[in-house]
Amino acid sequence: MERDDIIEYSLDGHHSEEQGVQIRKKIWKVTAILTAITIVEVVLGAMIKQHSSAWHLVKWSFIIMTLVKAAYIVLVFMHLGDEKKSLRYVILVPYFIFICYLIFILLTEGTAVGAAWDKYGVY
Amino acid sequence: MAGHATEQIDTKTLWGGKISPFSTSYGKLMMWFFLVSDALTFGGLLVSYGFTRFTAEDAWPIGEETFNSLPFLGHGYPLIYVALMTFILIVSSVTMVLAVEAGHRMDKKGVIKWMVATIIGGFFFVGSQAWEWSHFIHGSEFGKVELADGSQAIVKGHFGEIQSFEVLEAGHHLKKGAIIKEDLMHQYQHAVEKGHIENNIITLHDGSKAKINKAENEHVELHIKKDGGKYKKGAVIKGENASKMYDEVINSGDAKRVIYGANLRENEYGPQQYAQFFFFITGFHGFHVFSGVVINIIILIGVLRGLYHRRGHYEMVEKTGLYWHFVDLVWVFVFTFFYLV
Repeated sequence: MERDDIIEYSLDGHHSEEQGVQIRKKIWKVTAILTAITIVEVVLGAMIKQHSSAWHLVKWSFIIMTLVKAAYIVLVFMHLGDEKKSLRYVILVPYFIFICYLIFILLTEGTAVGAAWDKYGVY
Repeated sequence: MAGHATEQIDTKTLWGGKISPFSTSYGKLMMWFFLVSDALTFGGLLVSYGFTRFTAEDAWPIGEETFNSLPFLGHGYPLIYVALMTFILIVSSVTMVLAVEAGHRMDKKGVIKWMVATIIGGFFFVGSQAWEWSHFIHGSEFGKVELADGSQAIVKGHFGEIQSFEVLEAGHHLKKGAIIKEDLMHQYQHAVEKGHIENNIITLHDGSKAKINKAENEHVELHIKKDGGKYKKGAVIKGENASKMYDEVINSGDAKRVIYGANLRENEYGPQQYAQFFFFITGFHGFHVFSGVVINIIILIGVLRGLYHRRGHYEMVEKTGLYWHFVDLVWVFVFTFFYLV
């Protein structure tokens, strides 16, 4: 029996050949950006050692560059940027709130536990 | 950014029932929800890695020192192989996006071409990860040594090549005078671990004793990682002294003074949990890549049979693409927090 309640949203998702050319250009542009960022990360990582003075700055730049890469992958490659704003928010907002707090609390606790173990011995 | 989903529909209609408030299909929405839950799983794993690392402070191994080998080319290439793996995965993500784009134009041949490229990239990644594991388990040529005062040190430098073993005393299989040229490193490391090397004479598996013909180690540096009676953590011993001390450990005849590689019992690189997290996180991720490749193959078969063309849209390819991009996204984070930082 034919179902009459399913709406095929994907049938509206098609685009023409000309639009395809534009979209493919954008994809290659984002690829170049991701590759460039990765190369910068690897070169910095191989060159600047952990005990050098610049390390703190380099470490934070890694994290920022990784977040930039993640943003490009999620918004462009996964097409989340093309979806409705409400869907974007449903996916991203809870995750960010949760993960930011989790990172903060676990790194804080980790440092505190490390200090306690140093002082009183492990276990 | 514009897509058909962003066209304005009034709120009452949108949330009034019978249509999707997000203007997207059930399958795609569920895939997004699954990806959020999987992202939370990986997030939890990476954060617990961070927690453990913060409790260990500076006893933690340094990424570019631990991962500095290329297949067939040996060591001295910090992080290059893992950068190559990242590049392969990103490229396979790009080919997947191109497959989805071809699907939006109902270009069946394009979809097939790009999906095949994605699958190949995925296989290359899993193969590379397997090589990384085997190399990590196998360890470096020098291993981690326990010096005479009880301190532990990792060794840097150029390991002199072992040219041959010359049998001096016969054993069960080998006769006196036999020259062995195969599998030298493997037997050497096994013997060192068991304390079967004394004064440059190695006792082989069959009981025979052989002289080791080996080039000198060069530029040997001992970096102390654990305090001992004389040397404290952070100290570095260089030059002739370092070479002599290293040779003393190898030739002592004492077992268990050298650790090669990492497994679930002992670890050349640092704290035991380093290996455990490495295996679990990269293994879990590798499992996701592998299952992604399998799903891609299944969907590719569907595409080849014209199933999605008849349906009128390639949304299944798009959903598979979402999973594949997620796998790439996780890798980007694992790469940063395990290898770089």
